[in-house]
Amino acid sequence: MEKFTKLTGTACPINQSNLNTDQILPARFLKWTRAMGFGKALFHDLRFDAEGRDKSDFPLNKPAWRNATIVVSARNFGCGSSREAAVYALYDFGVRCVIAPSFGDIFAGNAVQNGLLTAGVTDQEAAEIMESLAQMPELPVTLDLDQQTIRCGNRTYKFRIDPIRRMRLLNGWDDLALTENYRDRIRAFKAEDKIKRPWAAPREQL
Amino acid sequence: MNQPQTIIDKLWSAHEIVRRDDGESLLWVDRHYVHEGSFHAFGKLAERRAAVAEPALTYGVADHYVPTRGSRHNIANPEISRMVRQLEENCAKHGIKLFGLDDPRQGIVHVVGPEQGLTLPGLLIVCGDSHTSTHGALGAYAFGIGASEVAHVLMTGTIWQKKPKRMRVSVDGLLPPGISAKDIVLAIIASIGADGATGCAVEFAGSAIRALSMEGRLTLCNMSIEAGARCGVVAPDATTFAYLKDRPYAPTGSALDQAIEAWSKLATEDVAAFDHEVGLDAGAIAPIVTWGTSPQDALPIDASAPDPRCESNPERAQYLREALDYMGITPGKRLTQIAIDRVFIGSCTNARIEDLRAAAAVLAGRASRVPGLVSPGSTLVKRQAEEEGLDRIFREAGLEWGESGCSMCVGINGDLVRPGERCASTTNRNFRGRQGPGARTHLMSPAMVAAAAVTGHLADVRELLGDRKV
Repeated sequence: MEKFTKLTGTACPINQSNLNTDQILPARFLKWTRAMGFGKALFHDLRFDAEGRDKSDFPLNKPAWRNATIVVSARNFGCGSSREAAVYALYDFGVRCVIAPSFGDIFAGNAVQNGLLTAGVTDQEAAEIMESLAQMPELPVTLDLDQQTIRCGNRTYKFRIDPIRRMRLLNGWDDLALTENYRDRIRAFKAEDKIKRPWAAPREQL
Repeated sequence: MNQPQTIIDKLWSAHEIVRRDDGESLLWVDRHYVHEGSFHAFGKLAERRAAVAEPALTYGVADHYVPTRGSRHNIANPEISRMVRQLEENCAKHGIKLFGLDDPRQGIVHVVGPEQGLTLPGLLIVCGDSHTSTHGALGAYAFGIGASEVAHVLMTGTIWQKKPKRMRVSVDGLLPPGISAKDIVLAIIASIGADGATGCAVEFAGSAIRALSMEGRLTLCNMSIEAGARCGVVAPDATTFAYLKDRPYAPTGSALDQAIEAWSKLATEDVAAFDHEVGLDAGAIAPIVTWGTSPQDALPIDASAPDPRCESNPERAQYLREALDYMGITPGKRLTQIAIDRVFIGSCTNARIEDLRAAAAVLAGRASRVPGLVSPGSTLVKRQAEEEGLDRIFREAGLEWGESGCSMCVGINGDLVRPGERCASTTNRNFRGRQGPGARTHLMSPAMVAAAAVTGHLADVRELLGDRKV
């Protein structure tokens, strides 16, 4: 996984609460493989009309935000379905960070597995950043993960992220490599548990 | 003396292999369910040429893409056929037991797990599907995960997690007639919001929860994710133990006695502390329907759709306008005046035998004014319903009686609500486009969907009950 330390880019405000993973990537694209590039399908039904034309009022279609690397949104971003392809869609489009007051738990977990930063701010701060971007769409936004700060114009905000997720992103840690160090502990747990909870194994089928 | 523990603490500590200094724990996984959508994770295994660590604890179920109509052996759509075949191949390659299309036990993974006795109290269960929270109904710690985590569980039999906060939702009192677990959970979500339980594991407690059947508890825990919860759990009790008796994969004889002794100790101890507590009065719950595009947009059936002009918060007013606009509902319209185009009875939320019985009780001897599909939660549920003659009631009412699968809840098998159409649905998500691009979804209980079918509009099932029991 790629490390995340600092990022400066244009930020696209999408001022909707509960922007669920069905909106980020509609279910019919879940058959795709990663090689097909999920970026094309990001926010598909919000971004394109039934004939596949750009919806001009969707922020990501505005000239200033077509190459956004940051998305700013409202509460509960990424709630709903556990589809990791929602994170692939953001990442493949070029987005490396989502700023929002809160995130769906599963989405936030998937994000960290793929090097996408979820930066938590207050409702008020998210609204303020979105307002600044509405005024000056091309305003560069800088995220510093080490300092946990967002620089937007002449304002600096602190953001929240779980310290474990922060460390993972900073170091580009891979879960599997980490778990490898605990092979013996896992084996010991399994042996003990078999005695402690014999009922936990599925009954043998004839 | 030890701190009094909640069921959440007990389930957590029973699975903790190691806790790192930074607070993250490696947890042992007792059951891992995979489905067609798990192909990304199997791909990661193939990349690393890795094996499945615990094939005997891993079970495959074909549900997300399976057809509910037409041939299930020669699937017409090549993409869908490929998705099902891929799962078969991956399960065969790794020695994973699969409940595939030709298996009489096939169904929706969250129906099949409990039905087969694979899901048990005290287990930690994961699946690459957010509605894995369903299994908490039996007193398991069960949660949905993404593809990278699915790959990790496949390769190690374990998962890294940080312990969530503990929340208790207590529902006390007597449920009025015609009110079901679906109404309870929609009332909870409406009350705490779609992110009201984010970061929390939720225990559902109180006399009204204790009084629920297993099916009702499964519906309740199923939708805990719609309030943002990591998982939902109900302490196992006599109802749970009775449900598990003689299930194929559940323990029997002295092993069962031993298990029940252990399971009985899982309950939250008196005075154990929760991080959050919420209470609800069961007696005050009316039949509930959603009007908007989030499960939190839920109101009692005798209410009216909100009016943005009466909303003082401008952002909330904007949200209401957009949701009502998408749903094609005039502000302030009485919910019972909203005409529907279609009904769907199915999904991991509400397609178990009791759900079908409740819908059939309302539909018996009546005709549906709109077309609709009934997709049983599993092939075994389908057979049971046919033995009871429920299929005849649905067919005679004019509804289609299909095979089992995720079907029109997520629409990826081709069962879609058309653009602009309005569907009364027993499913779990009324998100924009969830049942198909442009589809308008109203969530409600099976009995309420039946009432909508009979009247052609959202309706109060209590007025159609007479001496019928749901």
